[in-house]
Amino acid sequence: MAANNLDMKIAPIEGIDRISRSRSLVGGDRTFFGLTIFASLLLIATLLALIVLLVVGSWPNIQYSGFNFTTSANWNPNITQNHPHEEFGILPYIFGTVVTSTIALIFAVPLAIGAALFIAEYAPRWLATPVSFMVELLAAIPSIIYGFWGLAVLVPIMYNVDLKTGKVSGVDAFLHDVIGKVPVLGSLFSTPGNGRSLLTAGLILAIMVLPTIMSVSREIILTVPSLQKEGMLALGATKWETIRKAVLPYAGSGIIGAAVLGLGRALGETMAVTLVIGNSSTAITPNLLSSGYTMSSSIAQKFTEAGSDPLYVGAIVEIALVLLIMTAIINGLARLLVIFSTSSALRGTRA
Amino acid sequence: MDNTQIKEAPQDASAEGYNTPVATGGKSMEIRNLKAYYGSYLAISDVNMEIQPNKVTALIGPSGCGKSTLIRCLNRMHEVTPGAPRVEGEVLLDGQNIYAPSADPVKVRRLIGMVFQKPNPFPTMSISENVLAGIKLNSGRLNHAQAAEIVEQSLHRAALWDEVKDKLGKSGASLSGGQQQRLCIARTIAVNPEVILMDEPCSALDPIATLKIEELIEELKAQYTIIIVTHNMQQASRASDFTAFMLAQDGPGHLVEFGPTQQIFTRPTQKRTEDYITGRFG
Ligand SMILES: Nc1ncnc2c1ncn2[C@@H]1O[C@H](COP(=O)(O)OP(=O)(O)O)[C@@H](O)[C@H]1O
Ligand SMILES: [Mg+2]
Repeated sequence: MAANNLDMKIAPIEGIDRISRSRSLVGGDRTFFGLTIFASLLLIATLLALIVLLVVGSWPNIQYSGFNFTTSANWNPNITQNHPHEEFGILPYIFGTVVTSTIALIFAVPLAIGAALFIAEYAPRWLATPVSFMVELLAAIPSIIYGFWGLAVLVPIMYNVDLKTGKVSGVDAFLHDVIGKVPVLGSLFSTPGNGRSLLTAGLILAIMVLPTIMSVSREIILTVPSLQKEGMLALGATKWETIRKAVLPYAGSGIIGAAVLGLGRALGETMAVTLVIGNSSTAITPNLLSSGYTMSSSIAQKFTEAGSDPLYVGAIVEIALVLLIMTAIINGLARLLVIFSTSSALRGTRA
Repeated sequence: MDNTQIKEAPQDASAEGYNTPVATGGKSMEIRNLKAYYGSYLAISDVNMEIQPNKVTALIGPSGCGKSTLIRCLNRMHEVTPGAPRVEGEVLLDGQNIYAPSADPVKVRRLIGMVFQKPNPFPTMSISENVLAGIKLNSGRLNHAQAAEIVEQSLHRAALWDEVKDKLGKSGASLSGGQQQRLCIARTIAVNPEVILMDEPCSALDPIATLKIEELIEELKAQYTIIIVTHNMQQASRASDFTAFMLAQDGPGHLVEFGPTQQIFTRPTQKRTEDYITGRFG
């Protein structure tokens, strides 16, 4: 009796098509599909257009300078008695970009991870919320303001002259006096300059990338399952051991990703760096107290100078092209690193 | 209780490093007037229980009656839960109050291990690193041979050795759910606790993996005192020596009946216990 009832309920209703696609649904799906495809194609097209534009713009110089462009340290855009040929070598700019970005990461990454851990794991909520809000606000400040702050505050801290006695003080002088004589390490602080230096630029960059790295790291740390932390605590781990052995390894690849995001910003940052790096010396020297250039600061500084000389303009556009390629390579490497570190953990290739 | 100091874990005492898990034997526990809160919400109230050493004690009861809260009070894990957790009352391990002001929760957790509902191996660690995770916390450097021996011993005891001996370097996350749970048991055993707490250790596992864990529990009780939360009545009756039935009807969770499993399942003294185990309830 009961079985019969059941049979009746699931018996097909004849004459009604229940499995064919309904028109309207298909239409809606198609529209949405079309929209997303369009959006992604537009993005790709924009990127391609950008690359084409950079290549076309730099073509005169690609032909003129060839590989010398990235391997030579000589930059002589105007023909003079001493320089019968124009020369475009950007090695010092590449060097400046690499050095300042490295300094930025060395200072910013540990600080950012520390702050992220504090906010995510230690601080009570009434403190964590305003602190993380304020750090995120730092990311919204325009870079020109960082630049002015650097000029007005940071540079005088690095280098200060007493107008009456002519005595030089500041961080640069201190580093030179204390570490300057130490073998190897001393070469980093061998010759103090006027406070506008690779080091100052690196420090400004560190402050600028800190909020990005911190807030991304904090998000990553917050995603670590509490079950992972409890598993470690239940083995008799202290809070700090739990963070070191359960939280950080789990969040590791994500934190690398956060650092790369920061690096991306450091590599391309222009205005703030331009104001505090000095834009003068093209020497490739280990001396961090020397002034210098980065690729982007050199673009900003030279663009007005280039006028309508197609070769000079081409050289500047090519700096942008090289910077783009560098950024792409670094991002690619970082992505590989992230993929490798997560997959090696998951596939269990670690010993 | 004149001596409220929680004693050192045995592995701290041996200066020559860690000795392979030698069963120190299970210890008794006693719960006195235990109350647990989340903020102002009283989750369990006035629990009193005596837990026999080297026996399996099962906590049963409908979902939400406070089983997890209770078991997490037994190794001071309740206090790391979000939601302003608080505990009142005493829990004695072998006569020492783990909630005494001088008691260190870190040391308490070394003596009272815990296995969770969902297997939680550390995914960035290999199988052997997972087993050694707890020991590396407190016995400084282990030499290679010691480490290998602890790994083998612990995995043997967790009935996992034969299945993983050829892939000790692989990630713990590469194992099946049942194997992962036994890995978590191995990692708990490796630090040589006196009591092992298990909060529904089989609820994420299939019946065969469940059976394996139950067999394992039967073997482990020779060396450890075991307290297990389960919502599975058969499991409680099969695997435990004592059963505690909890309920949170009209108020906070509390103990309704506690006694030998045999008696709880055949001659419960409380009507509500009978209703629950015969399935006429929640
Ligand atoms: N983190 C928490 N915050 C607030 N209340 C909680 C929390 N965890 C559990 N509770 C409450 O405590 C009671 C007991 O929960 P629990 O111990 O998890 O029960 P069981 O394990 O028996 O299902 C429930 O009413 C639950 O809602
Ligand atoms: Mg529970």
